[in-house]
Amino acid sequence: MSSTLEQKIPSIEAIEEGLAGQGYISSRQIATALFLAVRLGKPILVEGPAGTGKTELAKATAGFMQLPLIRMQCYEGLDESKALYEWKYGKQLLYTQLLRDKLGEQLREAATLDEALVRLDGVDDMFFSDRFLEPRPLLRALREPIGCVLLVDEVDKADEEFESFLLEILSDYQVSIPELGTQVAKVIPIVLLTSNNTRDLGDAMKRRCLHLHIGYPDARREERIVQTRVPHVQASLLRQLVHYVQNLRTQDLRKLPSVSETIDWARALILLNASQLEPELVHNTLNVLLKFEGDMSSAGKLVGEMTHQALRESSHGMAAK
Amino acid sequence: MSGSSPFGRAAETAQSSDMLLRLLRVARGAGVRISVAEAIDAFESANAVGYADRQALKDALTLTIAKTFEDKQIFEQCFETYFKRENTALSGDLASKLPPPPTPSQGEGAEGEAQGMGGEGQGAQSALGQMLMQGDLAGLAAAMERAAEAAGATNITLFTQTNLYARRILDRMGLAELEREITRLRGEGNAELADRLAKARAALGEQARGYMERQLALFSQGTTREIREGALRQVNLSQLDRRDIQRMRQLIRDMAKKIAERYSRKRYRDRRGVLDMRRTMRRNMVFDGVPFRTVWKRERIDKPRVMALCDVSGSVANVARFLLMFLYSLHDVLADLRGYAFSSHLIDVSDILRRESSDDAITKILEAIGFGSTNYGKSLEDFCGMSLKHVNRQTTVIILGDARGNRNEPRVELMGDIFNRAGRVIWLNPEPQPLWGTGDSDMYRYAPFCSQMMTCNTIAQLERVVEELLANAR
Repeated sequence: MSSTLEQKIPSIEAIEEGLAGQGYISSRQIATALFLAVRLGKPILVEGPAGTGKTELAKATAGFMQLPLIRMQCYEGLDESKALYEWKYGKQLLYTQLLRDKLGEQLREAATLDEALVRLDGVDDMFFSDRFLEPRPLLRALREPIGCVLLVDEVDKADEEFESFLLEILSDYQVSIPELGTQVAKVIPIVLLTSNNTRDLGDAMKRRCLHLHIGYPDARREERIVQTRVPHVQASLLRQLVHYVQNLRTQDLRKLPSVSETIDWARALILLNASQLEPELVHNTLNVLLKFEGDMSSAGKLVGEMTHQALRESSHGMAAK
Repeated sequence: MSGSSPFGRAAETAQSSDMLLRLLRVARGAGVRISVAEAIDAFESANAVGYADRQALKDALTLTIAKTFEDKQIFEQCFETYFKRENTALSGDLASKLPPPPTPSQGEGAEGEAQGMGGEGQGAQSALGQMLMQGDLAGLAAAMERAAEAAGATNITLFTQTNLYARRILDRMGLAELEREITRLRGEGNAELADRLAKARAALGEQARGYMERQLALFSQGTTREIREGALRQVNLSQLDRRDIQRMRQLIRDMAKKIAERYSRKRYRDRRGVLDMRRTMRRNMVFDGVPFRTVWKRERIDKPRVMALCDVSGSVANVARFLLMFLYSLHDVLADLRGYAFSSHLIDVSDILRRESSDDAITKILEAIGFGSTNYGKSLEDFCGMSLKHVNRQTTVIILGDARGNRNEPRVELMGDIFNRAGRVIWLNPEPQPLWGTGDSDMYRYAPFCSQMMTCNTIAQLERVVEELLANAR
């Protein structure tokens, strides 16, 4: 069954191209991870700083493989009924009320108590059938006929109990619903779990997953990412701003600017009609990149120096090319 | 791998899987934790990407095996060194040491052709001798790999075994035969060839030793470290060697991380059987108050609050350093941690510890507190004046010291005040128990006001203390 998925991605290069087609500039390692995930039927645990495109990866994957994306956001207190399935209690209640007369009729016809019980049993099965089942993301993912990309976002925010519950699904791709029996995945979904490291995930979880760490991209890749996201940006400005952000990341800051901030900054600079970086301009737009007061003031002192450095480096890069 | 015969492919797979197994051993030795299940995954992913593309293989293995960022870096390092080693058994300078190859057309280490072109191998008759005389580096390298395999070279664990294994490799390469040949040549009067062979033999011996040294660096890392760390856990902290402090710090950090992982997870304990009425009602409002969903009461597990009072005088200072280091690596699982250092008087050192790296911190603390003679009474008085009001039932007070107060007034009643307010008082004494109460030790006078008293002088003991502290939190 999964061979159709495998056919869609014959090689690691094909994945890189496919993702690029969706506007997601991947690294080779990211593509390898996807390649293996499909071949081995294993979930990928994606870790890394916020804003480096972990969630975006799932969207791009679903896009280029033409699979539905099912997203489940984790939070403290998330439990089976919200993640897996739930009975539609309201509907069940309503139906029993509406069907009360009908039920009464049926039961009146029964001659003995035993017969009445048998009839009631039949009704009971009707109320716990697919009709009254509300599938939640995990069950939906297992039921997709052509497979899907299941994104379990910020799995570290969920409780530990939920994490162990996930293990069953992620290792066998099946769950048991007491009233309906075991549900086996029609096609093994591509599962991506993301984590921001608010807590360490359990070893059992890590063992079952491929572990992908997406860090900050290098200058070349970051330029390509910004280029695809903000197509109007001038080549020279692009190079300068990426160099600036790259340098900024070497500073001792509380929250380093990530790719999403670089993209925002590029957009902001275009709105301001900037054609190249200037200390004044950088100073005024620094709040797009940095989110803490302390970071702003410490980076603010170095604006002039770092701007010139970025200008110098980017022109070197041009000459080298 | 396509195109090769089935037999060839099987052999190739066997070879690659051997290679992979060795690589996993190297990685384990370097400290990456790899379970059997992960090893199997590694094989599967290696098969999926194939062995031809080294970059893809490296990526695939890194994804399957290394599960933290640090592990990834270590593993990639291992991968690089491993394949550097795998490429050549011989290091470059052998070529220069061997006698110059007879025919100029013979390139150094040119594969395959050396065998055919050398003809008589310059008169040498043993296989090894021929290879040496022909300068057949590729052949020599292959022979050495084979010999090393047969000799079990990857089992090397100690530096002193280098020569032993090197000798075994040479034996298996046919050293005995070569030596017989040299003797025979000398007997026949062909001293020139004998000399050249002897020279080549020496160069080869050097190569074998070098090869084993590289093997040692690669494969023994893990074992040696395990032996050392095992010993370090038991070593007496007050007599710790300076050069071991760095290693100890790493060990403590690892231990703290392990403990923190275990205890940071459980925050609630379900109290089965007691219905939480309020939350049940709230949850079931959608169902018109019919309680479909029941909510049970849960107990919150509090993080322990810790106050650590450490004697930093003389012999106790080293233990204090490690206790503080330990506690501060655990700040994640402790709700509140305050550190105090005392000798002749007591100061609050929480800020220093939070800001400075542990080495600087201890020096700073010692500077701040001076080297007066230890006075427990005065120190307890300082502590009570400063922080007694913050001690409550959730607080665990840890006192680390030998209780030798130089015959100053011990102020036992202050200890009583602390004991009455605190949840627990743990006294850690670096001295072995038989010495308690001897000389100027006031240990047994403080004893009634301690929930627990323990000897604590090694990392292993420290670990036990810390773990108990977290396990008994409520």
